[in-house]
Amino acid sequence: MTKNLKHENKRVNTGIHFMLGNYAVVEGALAAGCNYFAGYPITPANEISELMSKRLPEAGGIFVQGEDELFSIYSIIGASLAGAKVMTATASAGFNYMQEGIGYASAVEAPCVIVNVQRCRGENFATQADVMQMRWGASGDYESIVLAPSSAQELFDFTILAFNLAEEFRNPVIVMSETTIALMRERVEIPEKESIEIYKRMYTLLTPEKYLPFKAKINSPPEFAPMGKGYHTLYTLNYHNEDGTIDWDAQGYKKLYQRITGKIRENKNKICKTESYFLDDADAVIIAYGSEVRPALDAIEMARNDGIKIGMLKLITVWPIYENLIKEIAKNVKRVFALEMNIGKYAKEIGRICLPFCPVNHITKNEGIIHTKEEIYKAIKEDLS
Amino acid sequence: MKEKINPLRKYIRNGKLPHFFCPGCGCGQILSYFLRAVDDLQLDFKKIVTIGGVGCTARIPIYLNTDSLHGVHGRTLAWATGIKLYRPDLKVVIFAGDGDLVSIGGNHFLHAARRNLDVTVILVNNFNFAMTGGQVAPTTLLDSVTMTTPYGSKENPLDICELAVCAGATYASRWITAKPIQTIKAIKKALQHKGFSLVEILSQCPTNFGRYALKTGNPEKALEWIENKSILKIKAEKLSKNELKDKFVLGEFINKKRPIFQGTTLFKEEDN
Repeated sequence: MTKNLKHENKRVNTGIHFMLGNYAVVEGALAAGCNYFAGYPITPANEISELMSKRLPEAGGIFVQGEDELFSIYSIIGASLAGAKVMTATASAGFNYMQEGIGYASAVEAPCVIVNVQRCRGENFATQADVMQMRWGASGDYESIVLAPSSAQELFDFTILAFNLAEEFRNPVIVMSETTIALMRERVEIPEKESIEIYKRMYTLLTPEKYLPFKAKINSPPEFAPMGKGYHTLYTLNYHNEDGTIDWDAQGYKKLYQRITGKIRENKNKICKTESYFLDDADAVIIAYGSEVRPALDAIEMARNDGIKIGMLKLITVWPIYENLIKEIAKNVKRVFALEMNIGKYAKEIGRICLPFCPVNHITKNEGIIHTKEEIYKAIKEDLS
Repeated sequence: MKEKINPLRKYIRNGKLPHFFCPGCGCGQILSYFLRAVDDLQLDFKKIVTIGGVGCTARIPIYLNTDSLHGVHGRTLAWATGIKLYRPDLKVVIFAGDGDLVSIGGNHFLHAARRNLDVTVILVNNFNFAMTGGQVAPTTLLDSVTMTTPYGSKENPLDICELAVCAGATYASRWITAKPIQTIKAIKKALQHKGFSLVEILSQCPTNFGRYALKTGNPEKALEWIENKSILKIKAEKLSKNELKDKFVLGEFINKKRPIFQGTTLFKEEDN
């Protein structure tokens, strides 16, 4: 598909908006160059499909509402392998179905962006319950990249980041949205088109005779070949040799999945992003992600007013987990609080990393509603006094 | 003496023959029928994308020198939609078994036909799940013994061509491996058809369906069984429903024109 100026001009909706979180995802995707989207109705992600069906064709892309989530995930993978920049959006129950496709996309290293607006089972209340599923929900060995926005602005920003990471590492990237932010209207600032950084997909410079579709440097993704140009690439879920053909070779299998996981595991310094708040003099630290960072910041302000020296590490990248950084922080504080809106899942992962150095307390809430600052403050105060 | 090379060999992915199909399986024949059709039509092989899901038939694309997708059960038409909509210049051909296409992939099949997605589906119907060892399929005939119906199947089989016509396919025909000329002709028509085209090929599976349901592992006998049950559509039209019970009707079920599916897009070719 060739680019067309008339359409391209409608891509970036520059300006300051009062915008729904779900709409910010759409604007982010368009700004990132998304040109194929497939979705299936599910609350609270519907607004993404709805706005996409209007905006994406305007920007020269293709929108499809499929027959189910399996269609969504596989049709975006098909389009991605054909050269498109692709996205789908769903909510928790629909995300279950998509696991299968995420497994395939990881195996053939197809870039794609999946937005999961988490909701409570069957109900549209707030939760962060899918955090572990986003890591290893599919069968087989792989590593996920998962980003956790905490506002409408970040839904815009991180969707662009998700596209860039997907293309750079040839991996599915999940934007972990939540009911809280998806259905909230907020200020969103969309910059000029020129100031948005876009990662362009790497295509091979080799001829079809010399090209091997899955030959890559250690811990790196391979280069793509365009479809329909005689490169005859086989994208199979099965174990494949560097030339893409199906085979069985125990050492080759080991090497392939070392690379597929290694390109994420060994590039954490490049992939993982965090933000620190008041960590310089902190005795205790809250580790939080997603919408929970908002009440956490307010609680920190309350605690600081009371003379409690507490700070926060906000995880932008939830998976892969930024182990080294969390370890360093744990070494320098007396207490870590793992804050979460579920039964306490990621908190265990934080415990695994921090426990040799300092105690870890879980502040979890699983009532379909976000923590209040008072609740967090109370939990901190009880523990530290 | 000069070594003779099969002229279709140029379409085969490097060094990947012999194929893995059982001796006497119809998939090898169908692979060759497809290549004969492509060769006769002089299609640009570079512009063909072949797709297989999971199963015996699904392995046909891995032997073809095309861009191919393989390895997920039942999702062939979902992949195909993404590829075809984004790259309308490519010809997308799906190789699917009966289990892949209408059991696990049934929903995608209905909707791709309904939308008139411009792809060709080559369905190899061998009446059972062959790769997994011969279990009952939606196409297994009533009372057939399979690995999961030791007392005989008690489910009505699905007529896939009829289903395709009902769902909105614009080309559908059924042939058998024992009739290569008609089958190749049908594949050619399907490849040239603009819209959802289906060629169902009834195929012998001596290893599983043959041994369990037909009580013979002999491919010839399995072929004969299919052929004896087959009747041409023009002849079938004169017979009653009762007379057609347990018969396979061969021929063209639909061939019409209808706008093809392009997704929601404002992008038009002339904008280029």
